Amino acid sequence: MSAPSLGKDLVGLEPLSADQIELILDTAEPFKEVSERAIKKVPALRGKTIVNLFFEASTRTRISFEFAEKRLSADTVNVAAVGSSVSKGETLVDTAKNLEAMRIDMVVIRHGSSGAAQFLGQRIRSNVINAGDGKHEHPTQGLLDMLTLRDRFNRIKGLKVAICGDILHSRVARSNIWGLTKLGAEVGVCGPASLLPRNVQELGVTILPRIEDAIQWADALNVLRLQLERMESGFLPSLREYNRVFGVTTERLARAPKDLLILHPGPMNRGVEIDSDVADGPHSVILPQVTNGVAVRMAVLYLLAGGSPDWAQGGGDER
Amino acid sequence: MRPILIRGGRVIDPSRGADGIADVYLEDGKVASVGRDIGSPEQALVLDAGGKIVAPGLIDLHVHLREPGNEDVETVATGAMAAAAGGFSAVCAMPNTDPVTDNQAAVGFIVSQAQRAGKARVYPIGAISLGQRGQQLAEFGELVGAGAVAVSDDGKPVVSSHLMRTALEYARTFGIPVADHCEDPTLAAGGAMHEGIVSTRLGLKGIPSAAEEIMVARDILLAEHTGGHVHLCHMSTRGSVELIRRAKEKGLRVTAEACPHHFTLTHERCEGYDTNAKMNPPLREPEDREAIRQGLRDGTIDVICTDHAPHHYDAKEREFDDAPNGIIGLETAFGLAVTELVETGLLTLCDLVNRMSTMPARIFNLPGGTLAPGAPADVVIADPKAAWVVDPATFFSKSRNTPFGGRRLTGRAEVTVVRGQVVYQRER
Repeated sequence: MSAPSLGKDLVGLEPLSADQIELILDTAEPFKEVSERAIKKVPALRGKTIVNLFFEASTRTRISFEFAEKRLSADTVNVAAVGSSVSKGETLVDTAKNLEAMRIDMVVIRHGSSGAAQFLGQRIRSNVINAGDGKHEHPTQGLLDMLTLRDRFNRIKGLKVAICGDILHSRVARSNIWGLTKLGAEVGVCGPASLLPRNVQELGVTILPRIEDAIQWADALNVLRLQLERMESGFLPSLREYNRVFGVTTERLARAPKDLLILHPGPMNRGVEIDSDVADGPHSVILPQVTNGVAVRMAVLYLLAGGSPDWAQGGGDER
Repeated sequence: MRPILIRGGRVIDPSRGADGIADVYLEDGKVASVGRDIGSPEQALVLDAGGKIVAPGLIDLHVHLREPGNEDVETVATGAMAAAAGGFSAVCAMPNTDPVTDNQAAVGFIVSQAQRAGKARVYPIGAISLGQRGQQLAEFGELVGAGAVAVSDDGKPVVSSHLMRTALEYARTFGIPVADHCEDPTLAAGGAMHEGIVSTRLGLKGIPSAAEEIMVARDILLAEHTGGHVHLCHMSTRGSVELIRRAKEKGLRVTAEACPHHFTLTHERCEGYDTNAKMNPPLREPEDREAIRQGLRDGTIDVICTDHAPHHYDAKEREFDDAPNGIIGLETAFGLAVTELVETGLLTLCDLVNRMSTMPARIFNLPGGTLAPGAPADVVIADPKAAWVVDPATFFSKSRNTPFGGRRLTGRAEVTVVRGQVVYQRER
C-alpha cells in the first residue's frame, strides 16, 4: 500500500501531512453512503472494542462517534466523567490503564485539558482519537468542516475561509487552521481582539478585524459558538453587543460580493453569533456538517484500525 | 576536626579578585591560609585539586526543601545533600512549607533539621505575611532572631502594594531583604506556560511577560520610595531585565536572581506537553533567554539561583494544566551554568563563581562567598572540564522532576567542604 498511514493516534491535524488529511477525506466519501442505506452497518470493525471516554459534556460529538462506531460494527462503551471513578479522584493515566487492562482497541477521548489526548496516547497501546482537548484541537470537527467545504466547492486549495468568533478558546479554530492551510486554503480569523490568541498570524492566517472585513474577503464563514462565560471572565461586555458588532446577520451578508457558505460547529446561540435567518438560510451547511461528521469519524476509526482505503471504496463491505 | 589541605588547584576567589594556582589550608572550620606551597601539616587531609578549580562554596538563595509538610518529595536533609552534591555549601529555604515558615518556631525547626543533617548549610527564609496570605506582616524580628536571613511570600506574589511597602520599611529595621515573586495574579491566573506562539499552538492559557514586569516595576518604585532592599526572584523576561538595569543606574537597592532553566531553555520546550517544562515563571522566548544571559554578564542580574522545586513523580504525571509548577535544580545548576555561560564565552569562571557564591553571600549578608583568611571553611572543588550526562536516577534529591535528563553538560562539583568538613566527595 503506498497510501500514508495515520499512525497510532489522531491527536490533532497539526502533526498530519496534507496527504494524510486527504486520505481521511477520501476514505470518508464511501462511508457517507453507508449512512444512507436502509441497513446502516458494515462489518469493518467487527470484534473491535472502543471506549468513548468523555470528561466534558458533549452531545453531538459523542453521538456522532457512537454512530460511526456502531455503523462499523464495533462494540462500544461510553464512560462519562461524572459517576465514574474519575470523580473519585482517579488520575487520567490510571483510568486509561484500567480500561486498557480490559483489552480495548481504541479510546475516543474528550477532555478539558489541552494535551490530554496526546498524554493518553503516549501511555497506552490502544489507538487514541482526540474528540476535543481543552483549547488545543478537535481534529474530527476540522475534518468534517473540510469535507463539507470540499462537497460544495469541489476543492479546498485556494478557498478563503474565515473563522469567526472566540479564536482564543477554540479547539475547532485550531484544527481548522491547521487542516485548511495544509490543504492550501487561505484562512482568516475574525473576532474581538480580546479573543484572538497572541501571535496568531504566525500560524499563517490573516487577521480580519471586523466581521464586515470577513464577509468581504471570504468564500465561506465558519462561525464559532460564543461561550456564554466569556462575559463573566471579562473578555466581552455583553452578548447583545457581540451580536451587534460581530453577529453574522442577513443584513451584513447582503453586502457580500458573493454568496458565502455558512458553517457552524454547533451548538448555536441563535441571535448571538449567528442569526436564525442565516443559520436556516439557503447557504447554511450546518446540518450537512453533522451528516459528514459521522462519515469522517467512520473514516478515522477505520484507518486507525488498520483498514485499507481501497477496501473502503467498496463501502467497507466484505468481499 | 582534621585540617584540610587542598593542593594545587586553580583558586578562584572573586571577593579578592584572585584567580591562580594555589593551595588552600582549612583549619578549625575556617580558611587558615591560601598560598603557594603550603607544606603538608601532619594529620591534614590532603585533597589534590590539580586541574580543578577551588572556590568558595556555591550559595543558592532560592530553594524549596518541602520540610515540614511534604517530606515524601524532599526533606531538609536530602535537599542539603543534593545541594552539597551540586557544589553548594549553603542554600536558602523558601517558607512555602506546610505549615508556612512564618514564625520563630518554624524557622528554628528548619535550622535544627539542617544541623542534624550536617551537609550544606540551610538558611530559612521567613514569610512576609502570616500564612503567606498577603494580609498581616509576620514577626520579622523573631524570624531573624531564630535564624531567618530574608523574608518572602515566594510562590505567592505580594499583591497588596501597601503590604509590600510596609514589609520593605519594616525589614530595614533588621537589615534583611524582601524577596518577591513578581506576578500580577489577575494576568497570570490559570496560566500554564508563557503566553506566545507556543501557547497559542498548544491551546494552553498563557502567562504574559507583562504579569511579571508590572510587579517588577511596582517593586522597584516601592524600593525607591522606602529605601528598602527588594530582591526580585527568578527573573524571566527581557522587560524585567531592562527595568532592573534602569533601577540600578539610579542606584536603588534592587537585586535580582535568574535560574539556569531561564538562561538555558525557551517555551518551545513545552511542546509535547512535557510537564517537566512547566514552571512559574514559565520558560519564555529566545529574546528573553538572551536578555537574562546579558543581564548575568553585565551584573543587572546579581545571582544565579535554582528555584529547586521537588515534586513527586505522580504529581507531574498529569495533564499539563493540572501538573504543579517547578523543577529541581541543585544537582544540575553548576553544569548548566558552565555549559551555557562559560563555555559560550559569556562569563569567565571567576564571573560565574561571583554570581553563584560571592554575590549571593553579599546580598543576603551570609557568611561565605570568600576564601579570605578567617572566612568559613566552605569550599567547592569542581572540574570545569568534566563532561557528563545528566542521569536523574543518580540524584541525591528525593525527586526527579527535571527537563535536563540525558543532557550533556560540562562542569561538575567534585568535593564540597562545609564548616571545614567534607560533606560530599564524588565517587570516581
